[in-house]
This record gives sequence, structure tokens and C-alpha cells, in this order.
Amino acid sequence: MQGKQLPKWNEIPPGGAILEPGNSVKRPTGDWRTFRPIIDKEKCVRCLLCWVYCPDAAIKIIDEPYRTASGKEWKFSVEVDYTFCKGCGICVEECPVKAIEFVEEVK
Amino acid sequence: MQEVKWRRLPLNSNYAVAYAVKDCDVDVIAAYPITPQTTVVEKLSEFIANGELDAEMIHVESEHSALSAAIGAAAVGARTFTATAAQGLELMHEMLHIASGLRLPIVMTIATRALSAPISIWCDYSDLMNTRDASWITLIASSAQEVYDSVIQAYRIAEDPRVLLPVMVAYDGFIMSHTYEPVYVAENPEVIREFVPRRKTWLTLDPDKPITLGPIANPDWYYEIKYQQVVAMEEAYKVIKEVDEEFGRRFGRSYGVIEKYRIEDADIVLLTYGGLFGTVREAIDAMRKRGINVGGLRLRLWRPFPAEEIIESVKGKKLVIVLDRAISYGARIAGPVALELMSTMYRMSEKPEVLSVVVGIGQRTVTEEDIAEITALGMKYLEEKRVPNQTIYWGVRA
Repeated sequence: MQGKQLPKWNEIPPGGAILEPGNSVKRPTGDWRTFRPIIDKEKCVRCLLCWVYCPDAAIKIIDEPYRTASGKEWKFSVEVDYTFCKGCGICVEECPVKAIEFVEEVK
Repeated sequence: MQEVKWRRLPLNSNYAVAYAVKDCDVDVIAAYPITPQTTVVEKLSEFIANGELDAEMIHVESEHSALSAAIGAAAVGARTFTATAAQGLELMHEMLHIASGLRLPIVMTIATRALSAPISIWCDYSDLMNTRDASWITLIASSAQEVYDSVIQAYRIAEDPRVLLPVMVAYDGFIMSHTYEPVYVAENPEVIREFVPRRKTWLTLDPDKPITLGPIANPDWYYEIKYQQVVAMEEAYKVIKEVDEEFGRRFGRSYGVIEKYRIEDADIVLLTYGGLFGTVREAIDAMRKRGINVGGLRLRLWRPFPAEEIIESVKGKKLVIVLDRAISYGARIAGPVALELMSTMYRMSEKPEVLSVVVGIGQRTVTEEDIAEITALGMKYLEEKRVPNQTIYWGVRA
């Protein structure tokens, strides 16, 4: 059924090449995830190592000041883009202050 | 248009390849040495070292890497070349499918060699026949001159926008790769470069215009993308003939997709490929003198298979004897070309008998006398109406 809407063999570029750059945004890989990384804004020291290591560019730097309970002022926050996060857990592993929790999606 | 000036040189088929690659002004060569192919790349290294060819020579650690490097280079738009044989071709096998699947016009030459084990460095076509379904256009030459000409044609064919498939040019290991013959090579390679002009006909990786080559294709997409290769092979069949004809008009030599030798009035046709056809022709002349109505057919194009030409050539004949230099183990008709011929002939209303004969395995010598004796055996079978429906393993000690 779905095949009817898809292009014919001669409408696809040779070898199945994708001619449009940056097309990975069209593939929401977030539904692959079985574990969800959750960044604790209290513990996070904004080192951005998660942003560096993330293989899917799924760490967002948000222009949103944050004040911790102990009074520390941050000019920005860090969040996970759950549309694209596959739940690989690299950020959880790399976080030097253990500020990322890894929670099973079913819960 | 500048006239070509030919220089007559004594070359073996390996050197003929090197001259053709140089004259086509190839950009990137990646290869790993393997007997009997090695001197192709040695000669090319010489051409690069002495400034006759401006190309990048990539020294790799295996044939898998050699073809991988060629794929990478072709993917950025370079004209690429590699060469191998036997185990090297087997090690490349995975990448063969990737080169054709990515539709990259790579040209590779094969000095055919028997496969291990047991180890044999000598000629047969078991390496080439194993690549049958890799979606590479496959030409098999039978002289050093044809090797030179075919490599030039190969770039035109591969880079044609209607084709965009890689091309293999094969010839006998040792029997041709190391045998010197007079070959006419262009003294003014510009004319060759004019015949294979630089055209950007395929999709390439360019940072200014990024695309994705070789993405994953799920079950909704894979089939259509592979079907493109089916169509490309059909198109290639026309292009191969066109290019050969144009080459003939321009340079005075053309080969067709099959070569016919004294078959017009022949009852019996000997079909084979590669250097063996020289022996077959001599044997035909000798048999003709003895009043035997025999002719020869040489398969120059293996993939795409020249079905129409073959059917046309064997129509009305009594017997086709197919001499194969490879074995498809476990098949009743174990000669790969015999098998192909029989399936091609299946729908013919009146078809000749076919005798499949395996010869020259691991470079077991095939003489004119062998050909005459095989022909006599075929005639005897024909007369007694008992042409066997299985392959004859000629000359095996039993």
C-alpha cells in the first residue's frame, strides 16, 4: 500500500543517492530509544562534554538562565533533543559529574 | 580532428593495459601486487615516476583496500584504475558489489588465474566466473592489441551517462599477461584522450554541493535501486556496441561483442573465450583442410550477455561445443558459458545440440590436437544421437 506513494525506480537518483544535504532531520531517530537520558540542571556544570560526544547532535544548548538551589547562576541550560536521541548512553558515560540519569522508557 | 600516429611495440597484455591506462590519463590507481597481474601496476608506477602519467598511486595493504580506495576516488570524480587476479579478485568481492551499486565507473583489468586451494598461479577463468553476478560489465580479450583497445573503450562505456557501471577487462594470466605480441599504441595520446573525454556524468561527493552516496535502503527502496542496475546493463549492451563501432571508425579496429570465425557454412561451432580462441582458430583451419565443416565463436562480452548475437550465430547449426576454462561445481552443465548458452537457447524452436567441455583448468595445456579430438568426439556423439547432458572433463587423468 505504502509503495504506491513512493517514487518509481527511474524517479530515484542513481544508486539511491540522496541529493539534498542535511536530510537526517527528516528521520526522527528518537523512536529507536529504549533508555532516556535526563539531564539534571542542578548537578550539570555546563562543561558541554555531552554536546561534544553526542554522535547525533541531539544535545541542545538552550538560551535559558538557571539558578541552582545553592545560588549558582548559569547563563544557559543543556537539554536532550528527544526527537533524535537514540538513547546510546554516551552522554551518560561521559558526564564528569554524573548529572545525566538513564531511565528505561517504559517507566 | 588530429590523426592518430601508431607506434608498433612489443608488449605483453599486462603492459598493453598499462599503456592504455596511461593514454586514458587516469587520475588514481590503487592496487596490490598479485601474480600474474603485478607488472601492470609496475609499468604504471614507471610511467608515473618518469612523468609520462600524472596520477596518484595509492599503495594499499590488500585488494579489498585497493578497490575501496578506487571507490573513494571515483566517488569524488576521479578517473580510477585497479587490477588484480585470482585470490585478489575474491578478496575484492564485497567491494565489487559496492562499486556497481554506487554506480561508479571504475575500470579494472583481470589477468585470469586459477583459484586456491590447491595453490595455482596459472591461468584459468574460475576467478572471473565467480564475479558473474556482481553487476560489472565484463569484457574478455584474446590479444594484447584487443586488451589495449578494450581498456580505452572501457572508460567510454563505464562513464557513459546511460551506463555508469564499472567495467572489467579480462585476459589469460601468463598465456597473455606474459606473452609479447606486436601492439599498436598511440604515439600521440591526445587522440585517445579525445576519444575518452573528461565528462562529469556521475554523482560525486563535493563539499560545496553535499549529497549522500550509499545510504541504507529499507525494503521499500532497495528493490527499485537494484532494478536501476538491471536497466543500466541493458543500456550498456547498446553502448558497448556503439563505442566499439566508433572506435573502429576512428582507429580502424573493432571487435564486436562476439567474434565469428568461418561459421557461415559450418555445421559445428566451437565457442570459447580469451586466448584459447587463437588455438581454436588454428585447429579450425587444420580441420577445414580435412573437410570438417567447423567454425568458431568467441565470446568477447560476458556481461551483459550478448544473447541475440549468439542465437543468431548458432541458428541452423548442428552442434555447439563450448570450451569452458572454469567449473561450476555441482552443476550438471558445469561450464559457466555452456550453462548460459543453453538457457539462452531454451526458447529457440530448432536449436543445435550443445556439448559442454571443460578444458585448460589450472593452465593444463590445450593443443590444436585436443581441439580436433574434442570436435571428433562431438561429431561422434551427434551421429549416434547421444550428446551427453553433462559436462565432459577433457584430459583429466582417469
